[in-house]
Amino acid sequence: MTTRTVQFRIYRYDPDRDERPYMQDLSVEVDSHDRKLLDALVKLKAKDESIAFRRSCREGVCGSDALNVNGKNALACLLNIDDLKQPIVLKPLPGLPVIRDLIVDMTQFFKQYHSIKPYLINNDPPPERERLQSPEEREELNGLYECILCACCSTSCASFWWNPDKFVGPAGLLAAYRFLADTRDQAANERLDNLEDPYRLFRCHTIMNCVDVCPKGLNPTRAIGKIKDMMVRRAV
Amino acid sequence: MTIPVLKFDAVVVGAGGAGLRSAIQLSEAGLKTAVLSKVFPTRSHTVAAQGGVAASLGNSEEDNWHWHMYDTVKGSDWLGDQDAIEFMCKKAVEAVVDLEHYGMPFDRVDNGRIYQRPFGGHMSNFGEKPVRRSCAAADRTGHAMLHAMYQRNVKANTQFFVEWMALDLIRDGEGHVVGVSAMEMETGRIVIFHSRATIFATGGAGRIFASSTNAFMNTGDGLGMAARAGIPLEDLEFWQFHPTGVAGAGVLITEGVRGEGGILRNASKERFMERYAPNAKDLASRDVVSRAMTTEIKEGRGCGPHKDHILLDITHLDPATILKRLPGIREISIQFAGVDPIEAPIPVVPTAHYQMGGIPTHYDGRVVVPREGDPRSVVPGFYAAGECACASVHGANRLGTNSLLDLLVFGKSAGDSAAEDLKSGKAHRDLPKDAADRIRARVDALDKRTGGIPVFEARKAIANTMQHHAGVFRFSDLLKKGVTKILEVEKAIQNLEIKDKSQAWNTARIEALETENLIEVAKATMVSAEARKESRGAHVRDDAPDTPEFPNGRNDKEWLKHTLWFRDGNRIEYKPVSMTPLTVDTIALKTRSY
Repeated sequence: MTTRTVQFRIYRYDPDRDERPYMQDLSVEVDSHDRKLLDALVKLKAKDESIAFRRSCREGVCGSDALNVNGKNALACLLNIDDLKQPIVLKPLPGLPVIRDLIVDMTQFFKQYHSIKPYLINNDPPPERERLQSPEEREELNGLYECILCACCSTSCASFWWNPDKFVGPAGLLAAYRFLADTRDQAANERLDNLEDPYRLFRCHTIMNCVDVCPKGLNPTRAIGKIKDMMVRRAV
Repeated sequence: MTIPVLKFDAVVVGAGGAGLRSAIQLSEAGLKTAVLSKVFPTRSHTVAAQGGVAASLGNSEEDNWHWHMYDTVKGSDWLGDQDAIEFMCKKAVEAVVDLEHYGMPFDRVDNGRIYQRPFGGHMSNFGEKPVRRSCAAADRTGHAMLHAMYQRNVKANTQFFVEWMALDLIRDGEGHVVGVSAMEMETGRIVIFHSRATIFATGGAGRIFASSTNAFMNTGDGLGMAARAGIPLEDLEFWQFHPTGVAGAGVLITEGVRGEGGILRNASKERFMERYAPNAKDLASRDVVSRAMTTEIKEGRGCGPHKDHILLDITHLDPATILKRLPGIREISIQFAGVDPIEAPIPVVPTAHYQMGGIPTHYDGRVVVPREGDPRSVVPGFYAAGECACASVHGANRLGTNSLLDLLVFGKSAGDSAAEDLKSGKAHRDLPKDAADRIRARVDALDKRTGGIPVFEARKAIANTMQHHAGVFRFSDLLKKGVTKILEVEKAIQNLEIKDKSQAWNTARIEALETENLIEVAKATMVSAEARKESRGAHVRDDAPDTPEFPNGRNDKEWLKHTLWFRDGNRIEYKPVSMTPLTVDTIALKTRSY
């Protein structure tokens, strides 16, 4: 089996051991079955078990292994090793506090997601069977419900870096629009009120870093634009 | 030694589909509920389910729960308990409708109802022809479902302990379950969750195999904890190998691909399933399809330069259908097989996928063990649901889309049963005096040990042993050797060593603790498989071939019974299969063919 060497520069920091973070050069041998960056990282961890990172599904649906790879946020399980310039520079997602190595504290990110009331609000007594929705109405949710909450988008957004406590961020706003766009939801006004604020929605300056990095190919900027449209339509 | 104690009415371990579903019941009943999860809830492996959830809604053609029940019993090769199967199939419609009410974005048909697609083994009119029973959100049903249930829990104010790993089940002197010990991954802090009800929803242990569709975290933690606490594990010899994992990568390709018209082909492009299952063809039950594929490969008709895989072909489908109904599959195929399925077939191989067995439960979600002649005596305070539990509805082989149904129905019933038991308002039972010392001692021993084997080596040893000795086809000599080997691996694992001693996010320590759970599942699997001297469902042995006396190698006279494996002494007992449904007639034993 042909093997090849992968070179890394990895951000290291263990609060139990290190006074300050540092970059460490490491390398590992991988074989022809190792296609993805995550495969190489798992091999590297077998060599040095102290390297800490999150991972689970290894197929791009759980959203655990979001990292900053050669300067751009991405899921390690979806990047081909051979497409990456070496040494592969790995850093934790920018803008969130680092707990250890490549693991960040995502509290602020989820706080913003929770702040938009990410659940269907419908106060009618539920019918005996499913609520009806036409295929066209359902199609409105495509490109919205697929978000995996990996945080690649929000942590590449300059407005979120600046005001993580006040700006909802692209992931949270995408989720907000997912419910605004759902014909079964009855809380449009309440949801728009919740976002009508100089920061929560309007800190989006359409820089579109979110669109650039989303590993699922979603477009939070477009969703944010649609929320802004709804605000305007409501006002006139 | 003291450890902080947190008191809750109910503690749910695991925040995948089953855990979230039971948490909804508990929180909405006003009970103080904690949900522990190794990962943020929406990262649980339910998220990876693709093709759908079974319910006889009859939205696109006639269907009813009697047919669904028949298919499930037949799919289980008659090892499933017929009372539990009736319970599940009857509740299916309500379970799916609940999800829709929570906001799950199901695909729709023109009249506005939920879209349904055909799936393997699901037939109309008692096995006649494939029926549209799988309710789907494109090929991301698990993702849509998990997020909808997490969202409903946010609404219900469920209290989550995210990135906490449960370590051990705590039972008092009378055998009552009174909580769990758990570790906060960020800090290494150990806490005891003292509860009146403990619900395990910890998922499967597919990582005992080298080639698995399962996530890294599917390490059978609930089964390991249960086994260490003296609870037997049921029917662990039955593991489902999914026919279509991406060759080399193991990533799942849903059966929904075949439901939408996909065809399996060998090296000469033959649709070989016509020979193995003339009626259902590519939509036969998973065990049947996986064995057919393995046989094709073994007999030299595999594809590729090494003749080591089968091709899943959808190039004849309208690209618009692929983009609309199977967008995630196309992504996966491009990412992990380097193939756009619109243009070329996907290379696939049977891959370990689902554990039919688990912690023995009644269909009401209560954990049951044999005691004083009663094979189903309740363990007070203990409930289980989803893949970690065995109700048993899947018996010897699960039908596709019945797993999502299982976690909905039994997640709900476990939550309801716990809520009902808690109504009495009794106080918490005392924790055993040594509860803190025992867990502290286990973790300290691991932290202090030197000169042992590293975690990745231990895991490799488990995975290779299981893959080689307990795969798609089973051989009596390999199983025998497998038992010896896995006990050797166990010895090595008693001597696991971690070099990383940090308290902060110590992933090495978490993986070591997981390995101690994996080995329990591996032992249970190997020992139970070696002991069952017949072929049934997913368990097919060379020394139990298809004969006129025993069609398909199944021996109902001696083996129509559930295995119970006890960790203590590696002991096996058996308990009868429940052949009596709740309201309808028994579905009589019959030779299985598709």
